[in-house]
Amino acid sequence: MSVVFFAIAAILVISGGVGVVAARNIVYAALSLLIAMVGTAGIFLIGLAEFLALVQLLIYGGAVVIVILFSLMLTRIQEFEFLTANKHWPIALIVAMCLLGLLIISILIEDSTTTTMGSTNITELGLSLFKDWAIPFELASLVLLIALIGAVVVVRTDNEEDR
Amino acid sequence: MADEMNTYFTQYGIIAIFAALAVAVPTSMLLIGWALSLLKVRPKKPSFVKNSIYECGFETITERWSQFNFRYYSIALLFVIFDVEVVFLFPWAASFGTMSEEFGLFVLGEMTVFIGILVLGWIYAWKKGSLEWS
Amino acid sequence: MSLAEIIGLFLKASLLLAFIFIVVLILTLAERKALARIQQRKGPNRVGFKGILQPFADALKLLTKEDILPASANKRIFWVAPLAVFLPGFLIWVTIPLAKDVVLANLDMGLFYITAISVLSVMGLLMAGWGSANKWAMIGGLRAAGQLISYEIPFIMAILSIGILAQSFNLKEIVDDQARWPFAIKQPLGLFIFLTAGLAELGRTPFDIHHAESEVVGGPFVEYSGAHWSVFYLAEYMNTFTIAVLTVLLFLGGWQSPTLPFSGTVHTVASLSWFLIKTALVIWVIFWIRGTYPRLRIDQLMSFGWKILVPASFINIFLTASVLYYALPDWVITVVSFGFIGAIFYFIRRGSLAGNKQDTVKIIKTSDIRAQLSNGAEV
Repeated sequence: MSVVFFAIAAILVISGGVGVVAARNIVYAALSLLIAMVGTAGIFLIGLAEFLALVQLLIYGGAVVIVILFSLMLTRIQEFEFLTANKHWPIALIVAMCLLGLLIISILIEDSTTTTMGSTNITELGLSLFKDWAIPFELASLVLLIALIGAVVVVRTDNEEDR
Repeated sequence: MADEMNTYFTQYGIIAIFAALAVAVPTSMLLIGWALSLLKVRPKKPSFVKNSIYECGFETITERWSQFNFRYYSIALLFVIFDVEVVFLFPWAASFGTMSEEFGLFVLGEMTVFIGILVLGWIYAWKKGSLEWS
Repeated sequence: MSLAEIIGLFLKASLLLAFIFIVVLILTLAERKALARIQQRKGPNRVGFKGILQPFADALKLLTKEDILPASANKRIFWVAPLAVFLPGFLIWVTIPLAKDVVLANLDMGLFYITAISVLSVMGLLMAGWGSANKWAMIGGLRAAGQLISYEIPFIMAILSIGILAQSFNLKEIVDDQARWPFAIKQPLGLFIFLTAGLAELGRTPFDIHHAESEVVGGPFVEYSGAHWSVFYLAEYMNTFTIAVLTVLLFLGGWQSPTLPFSGTVHTVASLSWFLIKTALVIWVIFWIRGTYPRLRIDQLMSFGWKILVPASFINIFLTASVLYYALPDWVITVVSFGFIGAIFYFIRRGSLAGNKQDTVKIIKTSDIRAQLSNGAEV
């Protein structure tokens, strides 16, 4: 049964990924990204990472894709409504190849039979996060603060240029 | 353990089935409409004026999409940040009872510091006028 | 899962779907009747006895109406958008229990699932706005998206404070926790935030700026007609029902009733009816608000969300957690919460939300006019 679900999720991820790269219309590309994110959430679900799957939907499927769509819709869309030239494709190819190589190496090295499958419920997750990982957790809030200040500053300067 | 896994997969299997149904039903609604237009019950008489963009009385001046208020973008960025924060709050809320028995005031203090740092950012955004709409 | 189980699930899911469709049909009529009563009209009263068949007439009309595709619209996105709005709203229903054992999948992370899925409906509105290639639709779509994401944060935070109280995100366990007292008594501030943010998520008055007829002529749905529009309409009323049901489940004790002397199926039916009566009351309040309040301006809306509801929801979580930690009596939350609600209303009344915007209309008291008149000033 889980094989069927995995196949569905994998098809979603791959078709979404191909859509992001191949779509001529930039909004199609953003929506394909959403499909890929939903597929990734499905794969997390199959890996028993229930919380991570829902986070994937909430943060990436929801918030990040909305930011991307907003930025596309707020800029002058006529200028790059259709993506024609991908000048940077060699760089993208190199990065993609490196990533693929890394994944293949990790699959070859890691013996998948030794990893145990087990679901953690959200309470256990909280216990571990707030006991063992308390300092990284507080540091995360600093990162978020920096991101917040960055967002405010970036949007502000743009506005002043407009005036 | 096996039993637990079984319920887990059954639950999300139900969601998958439900999603299929949720796509199928409105699609079939649209298809019924389309079939009715084939049967000539529903009219289909497109014309130039009817298919033009809706506008208040005059012809559309700017073609298709134009630029919009940049504020939406700043709101979206703020949303992402607060959304990530909320994700941290969920496991905290779920394990609060167990944790506060074990570690005492540390749990409450930890989240106070976390939220406090973000509130600083929120105050900064307010002072810099990011929450203003003008 | 065996094939028989899957077919059984399909049947249950279809039953739930049929139930939601019937509720939506009733709600469309109920809203028009309620608004008519508030405005001292009669409302629809021609089709069937006192207008009872009006929803069916509407549905028939929408299905047989011409489906117009604007020439400059992006065909694919324009056609997929109604589905994208409907799908997340409907997926929420998987985990919503209607009575003790009437639920499709009782997820342990039910509440988190609901928040994660509900964000996705923003996408459909943006698609509708962008795909229509219409200025009004685009503005409406952006407004809708901006509004939804602004109120999503307080919405989730209100849910979180319930999670802290119940120590669970499982909706059934949350309702079981309310056997003695509904959480509304412990969480008045949470209820206020939840209902306000919920109304904003729905885009209902007073937060309906994205389909404000007088400003953006119907918002993202301007170009839609016929069957496509009906899917949007369906989604909107379904979401209204969802918010009402969630309010009852989280704050008003769900199907918990003072006393029910039945058992077995009769008990289930009785508690389901009790649950639906509570839901109907919440829906009535939502309609009542629509009939009573004017629409907010977009700057008021955004500053209300970010400057008042977000800090209030932070305070609510902190308050709930502290009271639980120090094991203070429950009435402490109630009293402090009511204090904060009072403060919120004070800020709204004082108009400090509007920021640097000046009021365009100045209200002159009759006593001032009289004073001026008695001073001999000319009118």
